[in-house]
Amino acid sequence: MSELASNRPVNSAAMQISDEVAIQISAMNKWFGTFHVLRDINLTVYRGERIVICGPSGSGKSTLIRCINRLEEHQQGTIMVDGTELSSDLKNIDRIRSEVGMVFQHFNLFPHLTILENCTLAPIWVRKTPKKEAEEVAMHFLQKVKIPEQANKYPGQLSGGQQQRVAIARSLCMKPRIMLFDEPTSALDPEMIKEVLDTMIELAEEGMTMLCVTHEMGFAQAVANRVIFMDQGQIVEQNEPREFFNNPQSDRTKLFLSQILGH
Amino acid sequence: MTDAPDREQSYVRTAMLPPQTAPSTQVGAVRWVHENLLSSWLNAILTILSVYFVWTIVSSIYPWLANSVWDATSLTDCRAKMDERLGEGVRAACFAVISDRWQQLVFGFYPQNGYWRPPTALFVFLIAIAPVLFTQLPRKLLWFTMIAPILIFTLLWGGSIWAPISVALGFVIGFIAYRVIGSRFSALLAVLAAIILPILYWFTLSGTVNAALTAIAPKGLPYVESKDFGGFTLSIVIGLTSIMLSLPLGILLALGRQSNLFIINKVSVVFIEVIRGVPLIVWLFTAQLLLNYFLPKGTNFDLMLRVIIMVTLFSSAYIAEVIRGGLAALPKGQYEAADALGLDYWKSMRLIVLPQALRISIPGIVSSFIGLFKDTTLVAFIGMYDPIGLTSSIRASTDWNGVYWELYIFVGLIFFIFCFSMSRYSMYLERKLHRGNR
Repeated sequence: MSELASNRPVNSAAMQISDEVAIQISAMNKWFGTFHVLRDINLTVYRGERIVICGPSGSGKSTLIRCINRLEEHQQGTIMVDGTELSSDLKNIDRIRSEVGMVFQHFNLFPHLTILENCTLAPIWVRKTPKKEAEEVAMHFLQKVKIPEQANKYPGQLSGGQQQRVAIARSLCMKPRIMLFDEPTSALDPEMIKEVLDTMIELAEEGMTMLCVTHEMGFAQAVANRVIFMDQGQIVEQNEPREFFNNPQSDRTKLFLSQILGH
Repeated sequence: MTDAPDREQSYVRTAMLPPQTAPSTQVGAVRWVHENLLSSWLNAILTILSVYFVWTIVSSIYPWLANSVWDATSLTDCRAKMDERLGEGVRAACFAVISDRWQQLVFGFYPQNGYWRPPTALFVFLIAIAPVLFTQLPRKLLWFTMIAPILIFTLLWGGSIWAPISVALGFVIGFIAYRVIGSRFSALLAVLAAIILPILYWFTLSGTVNAALTAIAPKGLPYVESKDFGGFTLSIVIGLTSIMLSLPLGILLALGRQSNLFIINKVSVVFIEVIRGVPLIVWLFTAQLLLNYFLPKGTNFDLMLRVIIMVTLFSSAYIAEVIRGGLAALPKGQYEAADALGLDYWKSMRLIVLPQALRISIPGIVSSFIGLFKDTTLVAFIGMYDPIGLTSSIRASTDWNGVYWELYIFVGLIFFIFCFSMSRYSMYLERKLHRGNR
């Protein structure tokens, strides 16, 4: 697990981090019923950052990024995305969702639509892009994830890795400023992980702001500028990847790293 | 086995075996008979017994059907003709009752010179529904579908053509209000306006519009009262109207039952459970007798309209539950993906959730429709003359007193044709939609 699953060299020239704040989470708390799932989360993400969030299962990492586009509702504290505060205002939620792309563990492509229709649906219905233009944009991004020839197939006809790349292209078609990845490679066969990670690396090279929940430590070392370790709903440690992996501070982090890197 | 290994541990095949023809028991008719009819002694005996059983039934029914009499004016006449043609005392089917009374069974008491109108209305309906059912037809036909209800209404009930048009104008007003206000103000305001303005129009202006237009250009067909509708005309009008109306209503109820909004959720649940928990015949009696107590004195609310409303509500409750099953079968990820792309509730329902949920529910929806269509025969109990009701009155006449089978076979056959075509269509639709998902 320690080597980068993808062995292509990473071009970090465009991976610039600006001073502009993309996401600001302050004093955020969330409960599932009586269970305190996220505790006092404070996190500022600058535009262009590539953040990898890791931690044991049940530590709240997926819940954290799902709060950023309001798939989960937080109960205390504030989340600002691109300067808009997430509240129960539906207009704000829809605006933020159309600016923030999300890739899921199980792809969640729409099985009744073709690959192309999957990609053009949101631009046409949310952004009101003319159909023709939306299709051109979709083909551009399908080209980018290297499956333009599958455009007229249905998701069920594609392999897991191809489906996940379509899911990435579908998000990109909305021209998002932030991308959230919720364990994008966890449901994939080992030989398909590489093709998805390659796509994500390319995205990072273009300067996309990314938050990835993943167990791919090789990806974290090669691409991330910050690694966040969560446990029991709290951010336990965050550092740049080299420091994080070579010199972890907390005992909890050391234990976690020894478990996932040790074998 | 030419290059069989000396020892088992190591083996390399050097020559590939060519495929050989299958033994004769594995191909063609021999194989089919062997596998399906005579696969074991027990199955062979069962096959012989079944063939004997089927033969007995067919051989006793076939002469009855084949020797049937189609030209007679009464049962006595019919029997005389059988005696004459088949020999003394031999009995066969007397379908003369159908050729003598088919008009009554099909049209009820619809005025004779208007017999062309219900079939034309059915024809208009079929053309209008075709582009909805078969997506490969040109989409421009949908414009015809929009105006078809006006045509069908005028064809069936007659009266001034301007009456349904002036009512339909209300929908146009609602649509325009939604568009204009929706583009300038909020969406909620647009929806409210789209509901309130047409209602205001219907209560105030639509009568005047109708009267004015009728005075200017008195076009239309002779008016036919609802009580003159009977036979299959009645069944089909009630059945098809209720089917058309109960699907959208059922979808709304299913969504309502899934909704997080407390009031909407509870209203849907109570509505579904109450309507579904009471027999249809009770609702029909309610429509016939009780509704008059609740309506203002002097209002004469058409019985047929009341029945259509009741049947629609009844069937929509069932359809709502069928669709809810489809909604529940969708993975949560589909809702989340739609949300994450920024689609609002109605768009994600329309584009993502419902197409998939409806596809899952097609068999259930169609069997509800088939059930509804057959249930329309229950209106016989509240004094409407559906085919079953007319059968009784035909049998009560002196000419045809004593005929049973032939009438019921005819009525059953017509119902079967309608229900079977619905069933076939649903299988076609399932296959078509399934293909897309593979």
